[in-house]
Amino acid sequence: MLSLLLFTGASQFALVGVLGAGGSAVAAVASALLLGTRNTLYAVRLSSLVPVRGPRRLGAAQLTIDESTGMATAAPTGLAGTAFWATGASVYVLWNLATLAGAVGAARLGDPGALGLDAAVPAAFLALLAPQLRSRGPRAAAVAGGLVAAAAIPFTPPGVPVLLAGLVVVPALVRR
Amino acid sequence: MIWTAVLAGCLGCYLLKLAGWSVPAHWLDRPTVQRAAVLLPVPLLAALVVVQAFAGDRALELDARAAGLAVGAVLVLLRAPFLLVVVAAAATAALLRALG
Repeated sequence: MLSLLLFTGASQFALVGVLGAGGSAVAAVASALLLGTRNTLYAVRLSSLVPVRGPRRLGAAQLTIDESTGMATAAPTGLAGTAFWATGASVYVLWNLATLAGAVGAARLGDPGALGLDAAVPAAFLALLAPQLRSRGPRAAAVAGGLVAAAAIPFTPPGVPVLLAGLVVVPALVRR
Repeated sequence: MIWTAVLAGCLGCYLLKLAGWSVPAHWLDRPTVQRAAVLLPVPLLAALVVVQAFAGDRALELDARAAGLAVGAVLVLLRAPFLLVVVAAAATAALLRALG
């Protein structure tokens, strides 16, 4: 259900992660939104590559994610639109089928801890993070963000450490 | 309360996407905006890794989750597929808990 509406993996996991840890609703939504900001830039780049008019824009917006943007920008001239719609639609369908299977399966599962599902969550975030660490700037930001979060965990309510970690980008932006 | 947060998150993330399709490109074309949007998810994801792996009740904890994360990290370095990373991390933690 969440997956159909909020189609952007990292924000989905963040929202559920913060709520699951007992964080406030505000902190959960704020984390999800901050992670969603990059889709706005994807959309800007896409709108110059893929001509979409009128109401179809509402559909195109929902399919704007890492994968569809990547395929559209990598596609040869003239095929960007096809690449965008095909990738966006197929990832949307498969992702949501997998979510449905997970939801049905979860109802039959016993203790999530015994299955190690709580360990699956940080590993999933790490796998999402890894492709973005190819240069020095992002690597430093990741280390700093992780340290800030670790330092904040004992002193702040759940959800807040993640938001504080977002502040580490401020000096990098002001310097230029 | 939880569902309000979920719906607010859904709507907000959708509007962020729609905004990008709707505003004139030059509004967001400034270098600072570009850098912020590319860089911001990185520390947030790193913080989520730390919080999900080590956060206890207002304390840092080292338990089976950390071992699962370590196995996941090795697989990420080996460029294993997403699903394998996640399943291996879960299996590691489950195994440790079953043994100890």
